[in-house]
Amino acid sequence: MPEAVYLHIPFCVNICHYCDFNKVFLQGQPVARYLEIMEMEMKNTVKKYPYDFIETIFVGGGTPTALDEKQLEYFLQSVKNHFITSKLAEFTVEANPEQTTKKKLEIMKKYGVNRLSIGVQAFQTSLLKELGRTHRQEDVFATIKNAKETGIENISLDIMFGLPNQTVDMLNETLDIAFSLQIPHFSAYSLQIEKKTVFYNRFRNGNLPLPTEEQEAEMYKLLIHKMQQNGYHQYEISNFARPGYESKHNLQYWNNNEYYGIGAGAHSYVEGERKVNAGPLKKYMALIEETGFPYIESHKVSFQEKMEEELFMGLRKIAGVSDSTFKRRYGKSMFEIFKQPIHSLMQRGLLKKEGDTIALTKKGVFLGNEVFQEFITLES
Amino acid sequence: MNREEKLARQSRIRNFSIIAHIDHGKSTLADRILEQTSALSQREMKEQLLDSMDLERERGITIKLNAVQLNYKAKDGETYIFHLIDTPGHVDFTYEVSRSLAACEGALLVVDAAQGIEAQTLANVYLALENDLEIVPVINKIDLPSAEPERVRQEIEDVIGLDASDAVLASAKAGIGIEEILEQIVEKVPAPTGDPDGPLKALIFDSLYDPYRGVVTYIRIAEGTVRVGDKIRMMATGKEFEVVELGVFTPKAVQKDFLTVGDVGFLTASIKNVSDTQVGDTITSSKNPATEPLPGYRKMNPMVYCGLYPVDTAKYNDLREALERLVLNDSALQYEPETSQALGFGFRCGFLGLLHMEIIQERIEREFNIELIATAPSVIYKVNLTSGEDIIVDNPANMPESQLIQRVEEPYVKASIMTPNDYVGTIMEICQKKRGNFLTMDYLENNRVNVIYEIPLSEIVYDFFDQLKSNTKGYASLDYELIGYKPSKLVKMDILLNGEKIDALSVIVHKDFAYERGKVVVEKLKELIPRQQFEVPVQAAIGNKIIARSTIKALRKNVLAKCYGGDISRKRKLLEKQKEGKKRMKTIGRVDVPQEAFMAVLRMDDDN
Repeated sequence: MPEAVYLHIPFCVNICHYCDFNKVFLQGQPVARYLEIMEMEMKNTVKKYPYDFIETIFVGGGTPTALDEKQLEYFLQSVKNHFITSKLAEFTVEANPEQTTKKKLEIMKKYGVNRLSIGVQAFQTSLLKELGRTHRQEDVFATIKNAKETGIENISLDIMFGLPNQTVDMLNETLDIAFSLQIPHFSAYSLQIEKKTVFYNRFRNGNLPLPTEEQEAEMYKLLIHKMQQNGYHQYEISNFARPGYESKHNLQYWNNNEYYGIGAGAHSYVEGERKVNAGPLKKYMALIEETGFPYIESHKVSFQEKMEEELFMGLRKIAGVSDSTFKRRYGKSMFEIFKQPIHSLMQRGLLKKEGDTIALTKKGVFLGNEVFQEFITLES
Repeated sequence: MNREEKLARQSRIRNFSIIAHIDHGKSTLADRILEQTSALSQREMKEQLLDSMDLERERGITIKLNAVQLNYKAKDGETYIFHLIDTPGHVDFTYEVSRSLAACEGALLVVDAAQGIEAQTLANVYLALENDLEIVPVINKIDLPSAEPERVRQEIEDVIGLDASDAVLASAKAGIGIEEILEQIVEKVPAPTGDPDGPLKALIFDSLYDPYRGVVTYIRIAEGTVRVGDKIRMMATGKEFEVVELGVFTPKAVQKDFLTVGDVGFLTASIKNVSDTQVGDTITSSKNPATEPLPGYRKMNPMVYCGLYPVDTAKYNDLREALERLVLNDSALQYEPETSQALGFGFRCGFLGLLHMEIIQERIEREFNIELIATAPSVIYKVNLTSGEDIIVDNPANMPESQLIQRVEEPYVKASIMTPNDYVGTIMEICQKKRGNFLTMDYLENNRVNVIYEIPLSEIVYDFFDQLKSNTKGYASLDYELIGYKPSKLVKMDILLNGEKIDALSVIVHKDFAYERGKVVVEKLKELIPRQQFEVPVQAAIGNKIIARSTIKALRKNVLAKCYGGDISRKRKLLEKQKEGKKRMKTIGRVDVPQEAFMAVLRMDDDN
């Protein structure tokens, strides 16, 4: 049964050059109608797929803070109407620095939001411009100050590396500024070039000055090192936290647990099925109005796939995967089922075994995909 | 049918093929002829009917020849039986052309009204003339704005020496001149001669394997008559069989009780073994055998060899079966088992040329679903050892150490390149770069030249034709013939990956070009071979001497960053893609090498 909810707000005031998530320009969109339809989806979903209790909620986008105060309040009220939050441990909202007013933060606080994930990416104006982002350093500082004053102290910053024209020194500078902010969590993602983005087109035209693989590896190395030095331990490939501040919601994915996915283009995992919601707003809304549900794809995860996912998701955690958990879930030892890949990955120095647990080695963290793919069975 | 009826029917048979350069409209013309002779209802017409293989349609060329029986009601009121035998148009397939010409009395020579005669067309016309065929010139595409039919008519007279005053002006695409072509076939192409009651002589000009019927032979009857149930004998192999099925293609297969002089069709006789029916052999009757077989035709020998290996070593037997099947109706293909330290078990295969090689590879991959690694094509070298012994080397890996070699000879071809004047300089430059010796140059007419070079075959097997085409906006055309062996300063260049010599990557190069080639090859390999978990040096060596080196850097970072908001399937797909990519590579030692790398050793330019 799901204990986690993901909610998707697809609206953006401007579109970032690397982003391929489901999103639309805010202007002229039927936002209010979308929020109403979203509430219908929540209602129908929990009726069809009931839950015991909800542990984590995550509101992502798009840009949730693109909603105005009234819309935000309406939205959070509807979440509260359908998801009992008495046992809630973590309620995160993604925030863009330039849109997160004190008033919006107070509304969030009122409805139980206790964690903020702020899209900062970098502290150099030149890099932000290249990414198509419009905020300034001061906006970030103000948002953090306001959040803390409102009583939301569990704050995470998103940082990106491997950006066009970014140097190791620039990342170093961004990290130094970030550490001065006294917040408990960082997510640091390396840039991935995805289709249907500005970057993808520039990349294809040979017009995107990306760092070399060596430089990117240097950045990642620097990141891991500095995080550790400053008291943030790496608990997942891209995530760093002060002890006790690990993101509980993201751990639900890596622990291969079920979750609801509400909103246009959202993904969910309920009753053993992975489902995909329609992405385009019109289609999403029409499907819910006509059928009550927005699914365009549904895939029953087989037992074999489940075991594979347990490992290729689980090994993203630096703590790794324990055989006792695996046995409890699948009735068999992973050392039996994945004997060959575990053996060869250990030989290659990418995987280590400690007690009944396997985990990525330091080298394995850099070459995670080399590890994960060994646990996947190809069709035919 | 009595003797008179047979002879009367025979006088109304016309057997012909079509000679044309690629793109000059042969297949379209064949389609129009099929339409006009109502061989098919409109509903059954597909564009370019005769090119039935997928590959042929995609590449727009005809590879296998086909024979179709058509009925044509001529202006004289008689209904004639036409057999149209299709021929391939590419330089690699001269052999197949000679096969189909041997089954005909006439040939349509199709020339593009804008482009004029091309080198390959000329070669096939000479083949047809050698076979005593009546040639009916057709000037096609006269509806093009750039058409110059009168110039082309003159060219046919000047270059080939044919009387082109009656040449049909046609446009197969627009349906112009088709009837006139058919009338000229009736008028000019002689009826087959031969005694329908004489001892049977049927030429096998092609064959294919059918899992239910055994070998299906395509035959042309030259003498006598064959009936279902007859005992027959293959004159070359002496094997005897009983005829199960006879028929013709219209183009659908239609069964017949007998085939007689002039007929072109198929014969099955529960023949299990392909080697029992050699293409070019004569079928005769067991009861009343002919004394002499029909003259065979020019048998083509492979000019280019390469190693074919399954990526998945477990598919070795599948690959053998695929080759057995293909060789059935492609007797120019040769193969024998070969072992490579790097690639395991595979086959050394001989081809007529590079296109032939590519087509066979594609057919194996597509029709038999076997992923292949092909080593770089090589020619056959004659090596005279210091011990006095002479050996033949068709695999660079087998070239002896240089201190054991007295002399190496390599095959040379005489290459005729037809080109508009403007490109003569460019062509000469390419030929010089390919170690060619200029022989002569003929001016065909105001603006066209036939440039003749003597060039090592090894230099033209790889990308010579492509280079000619791309540097002349597609105008140059090429024909070549083997003229013999000449001594050359050749050495074997080995490639080492991670310090290990990879036999499948060895290549024979000219000593003076070795350093340059080595440099290009190691750079190319560096680009093609993906990063591995460790650094991989790539070296080119002659004997023990390293002549070029590059380094594939170690893989430093390969890890997915994001969660994709719970989109696990997407993550899985990405990992699957990476894994599949790896599966298609061959692991040699500890290095994963992609298929393209094995061809890279022949690349001359570091661009594209």
